[in-house]
Amino acid sequence: MKYKLLVSIAKSLLLARWKQTLVAAVGVTFSITMFITLLGFMSGLNDLLDGLILNRTPHIRLFNDIKPNLNQPINIHPDFTHSHNFISSIKSESNRQAIYNSIAISTRIKNDKRVIGFSPKITAQIFFNEGSVDVTGAINGIDYNEESRLFHFNEYITSGNAEDLDKIANSIVLGKGLAKILLADIGDIVYISTSNGERFQLKVVGIFQSGLGDIDKTQSFASVGTVQKILSKSNSYITEIQIKLNDIGMAPAMAKEYEALFETDAEDIQTANSQFETGSSVRTIISYAVGITLLIVAGFGIYNILNMMIFEKMDSIAILKATGFSGKDVQTIFLMIALSIGLFGGLLGLVFGFGLSSAIDQIPFNTPSLPTVKTYPINYAPIFYTIGIIFSLITTFLAGWFPSRKASKVDPVVIIRGK
Amino acid sequence: MNSTILEAKSISKSFNDPIKVDVLTDVNFTIQKGEFVSLTGKSGCGKSTLLYILSTMDTSYDGSLFIDQIIMPKENEQFLAEIRNKKIGFVFQFHYLLNEFNVLENVMLPGLKLNKYSREEVEHRAMEKLKILDIDKLALKKSFRISGGEKQRVAIARALINDPMIIMGDEPTGNLDKKNGDLVLDIFKELSGSFNQTLLIVTHDPSFAEKTDRIIRMEDGRIIS
Ligand SMILES: Nc1ncnc2c1ncn2[C@@H]1O[C@H](COP(=O)(O)OP(=O)(O)O)[C@@H](O)[C@H]1O
Ligand SMILES: [Mg+2]
Repeated sequence: MKYKLLVSIAKSLLLARWKQTLVAAVGVTFSITMFITLLGFMSGLNDLLDGLILNRTPHIRLFNDIKPNLNQPINIHPDFTHSHNFISSIKSESNRQAIYNSIAISTRIKNDKRVIGFSPKITAQIFFNEGSVDVTGAINGIDYNEESRLFHFNEYITSGNAEDLDKIANSIVLGKGLAKILLADIGDIVYISTSNGERFQLKVVGIFQSGLGDIDKTQSFASVGTVQKILSKSNSYITEIQIKLNDIGMAPAMAKEYEALFETDAEDIQTANSQFETGSSVRTIISYAVGITLLIVAGFGIYNILNMMIFEKMDSIAILKATGFSGKDVQTIFLMIALSIGLFGGLLGLVFGFGLSSAIDQIPFNTPSLPTVKTYPINYAPIFYTIGIIFSLITTFLAGWFPSRKASKVDPVVIIRGK
Repeated sequence: MNSTILEAKSISKSFNDPIKVDVLTDVNFTIQKGEFVSLTGKSGCGKSTLLYILSTMDTSYDGSLFIDQIIMPKENEQFLAEIRNKKIGFVFQFHYLLNEFNVLENVMLPGLKLNKYSREEVEHRAMEKLKILDIDKLALKKSFRISGGEKQRVAIARALINDPMIIMGDEPTGNLDKKNGDLVLDIFKELSGSFNQTLLIVTHDPSFAEKTDRIIRMEDGRIIS
């Protein structure tokens, strides 16, 4: 009841000055529109770039690095265990790159609740023989289904049928750049030789394009079995296990855990790709900065209109106070005016922001490196809209605070005496 | 039984602008229920200043003020606002109607603020007050579309809406022509006579003062009779 009365007074004051009010509201609308559009667009871009690298990157990689043994014989010798031993010119032992015990590790990971899934991988350096020329490249043995499910491998196949990797023996998917160098197309046969000098013929079943030129020029994919055969290894031979987690934030901790548990090397995505997060956060900061700047400008507009309104309504404030409205009531009235400008302008801003975002979403954006993207990317996350409306309310509240405080302090005696 | 509505106990006030000037010096008087009192004196003798203190709007004074036998605090803004809302009705020289509202709504505002009756009841009561003042026909007009005399009558209706213990007026006829001034005086007389309304009206018009029950005369911030 009490607030109903204050609301109706606020409404009347506001409607009596609806033109100025509208101008102030349009300011808020404009800034929220830009805020929503910018954030949606920027984070759309972020998602796109993240997708380009992060989606395809395992959260944790298990592998064996070639490196010298940390337990050199002298450290084990009883006479020297407590001394600091300097050893120079250590050589890496010819340890194998294969992951020991890969089957046991697989079962262990499969039962870990924090893991979405994993896929095995074998990487080997090979030569592609094109006439008399040898092109250096790499062949990756992968499990097509898991690789697609976890790391979106299928999205980067531009032609051919990559599923055939598992169905057709001795088949291969070439990077687009590599295929161009080898003048190979779907159905063609390419010749490869391993570092041991063994030669193989593989049938091209697909072409992939990752968007990163270097990868497309050197990489190729085959099934795990095919690569094991090429390297003449047993069917437990894998050089890498790629793991995807439910919570990417846990990757560093879990990498350490697995490293100790499985006695392999483990690298987490944060360490491997730290530069991407920096780029994302810079873009996000820019969007927020622009949005907030616009809102501050709009806030000054509201501040002005309220000051003007209060100046004009001195008489009304005086009589309200004389007839029993307290300073707090008066302050509430003017804060309500400010907040309703913020709410109305803000909501309209959300609608326009959504509209503008959708419009940008329709603009064609074709780039050869991103085959799955057809229009400019937009993120419609509800959180931006929530933040937008909260920001507009906070700004208008602050802009309304000082004028309404001034109104609450109006001394009716001074006004009435002045008449 | 004691029926003192208002009591001023050695009220003094001075302005420090730019030098110390005593505007009110040791003002003492009481007003009983049903009295129609006028406060007169030359311009500048401190009538308005006194009235603003008595109305609780001005709290920077020395001495004490009792309304309805309760001492008025000098700090509690919220409490004083409630006192004004419930117990005091105001009529100023200027009408102070809110242009955004119509006549009826202007009268209703302090009643809605009181929050004692439902909106319908407040509206009904406001209509009754307008009828007493013979301006019920204007109820739905915008308040800036009526004449000066009518505006002042609306202001009186607004002062009456919460059945205040006392109506205070600061030269309520000062802006009106003779005819409307007389009309307002008649209204006050009727409120006093028929409704036993207590009134304290500041005026420097001797003919107005003479028609009231009791005249308090001021000179240089003191009550002389
Ligand atoms: N704010 C103020 N500062 C200084 N002097 C004031 C102020 N308000 C009123 N006065 C002085 O106080 C005296 C009384 O004023 P007022 O109460 O308005 O007289 P009245 O209503 O009887 O004409 C006048 O001399 C006036 O100049
Ligand atoms: Mg005066």
